[in-house]
Amino acid sequence: MSSAPRAHELGVIGCHGCGLVCEHPPDDLTHRHCPRCQAPLHRRRPDSITRTWALLVAALILYIPANLLPVMYTSMFGKVSESTIMVGVIEFWKAGSYGIALVIFIASVAVPCTKFLILGLLLVTAQRRSNWAVRERARLYRLVELVGYWSMLDVLVVAVVAALVKFQKLSDVEPRIGILFFGVVVILTMLSAMSFDPRLTWDTEKE
Amino acid sequence: MPVLIVLRTFPDLAVCEHCDSVYRRRTLASGQVARCDRCAAVLYRASSLDIDRWLALTIAAAIVFVIANVYPVVRISLQGLHNEATLWQSAAALAQGAAAPIALPAALSIIVVPFLQIALLGWLLLFARVGHRAPGFAPAMRLLVALRPWSMVEVALLGILVSVIKLSGFVQVLPGAGVWAVAALMVLITIIANRDIHLLWELTEQAPPDEASAR
Repeated sequence: MSSAPRAHELGVIGCHGCGLVCEHPPDDLTHRHCPRCQAPLHRRRPDSITRTWALLVAALILYIPANLLPVMYTSMFGKVSESTIMVGVIEFWKAGSYGIALVIFIASVAVPCTKFLILGLLLVTAQRRSNWAVRERARLYRLVELVGYWSMLDVLVVAVVAALVKFQKLSDVEPRIGILFFGVVVILTMLSAMSFDPRLTWDTEKE
Repeated sequence: MPVLIVLRTFPDLAVCEHCDSVYRRRTLASGQVARCDRCAAVLYRASSLDIDRWLALTIAAAIVFVIANVYPVVRISLQGLHNEATLWQSAAALAQGAAAPIALPAALSIIVVPFLQIALLGWLLLFARVGHRAPGFAPAMRLLVALRPWSMVEVALLGILVSVIKLSGFVQVLPGAGVWAVAALMVLITIIANRDIHLLWELTEQAPPDEASAR
């Protein structure tokens, strides 16, 4: 394990706005601001665990309608259909476009589900001040930060297709309510990951 | 009135944002990356761009941004009928029916946020070139940090490509000039905005008398 001291042991805080290291004695409970960029200084993000849980649970609940409700309405030479995200994936797969089916599946199903699992795991272990696999958990958090926003893919696909296919009676594509739920899920999971303070993973000393 | 207390600061130290380990800063050779010994996160990077190049690429990004937004990204034709869509029209196409609110985050993430990133960086770099901090430097820097996760040009590009493949089954699809600009914009935004912008604080260091005397 590393021998580098941690910020609270030295009585300093690294500013989240600009990275400047500022003095902050452990017994100082007043709210200080960074002298360089004026961002508020926090030893840990305030109410990190509660906020992360709240956003995560909200995302999880909305993920159900996001998958059950149609995301797109298509009318093609008089043939009308409404498709959900999974139906879209299956159609690509059946049509032989395995690569595209996989890309959409990863962005719309695998990434959000992995995020739910990872954030849940990080929260539970941080709450228990567990020292299990801390380096790996730190890496998992960075993975969530890195891949999270790719889930917006399906929203943008619906946007482009709906903008293009506008041939009145001949053919028309419109967005449906499912894509709103799905977009909100992506935003909530991003906010959830942002409100989690990765430093909590390393706070393993039992109090 | 809040009492103004000047906190002592330690510009020669670096704190890992991911695990709170404290390190003494070292000068890095070009291309080197300082990683945290405890959690392996990136602490800071050597700057591979000087301010002039950074500004030049930002101006290039601004030009490409305009092209990406003015020209259609995809054109389709079906039985003699043609249609095309720009980025803006794509975001606006979501604004119909019950799903309408999602048009707002879509427009923000593919148009407004990249625009703000380019505009803010251009503003800051223009002044940083001559060693000054632009008016509104601190809020602009904080906004740039906050905007970064919401900039989704690369997702937009993948979205366009997926749409092209999705539609190619039943209509004739042609890439528009905009799609090349979106691809170039993705590369340029990554270079100018996905970097250690904290560097700008150090590159424009002013030593106010009170801070200097507190150390």
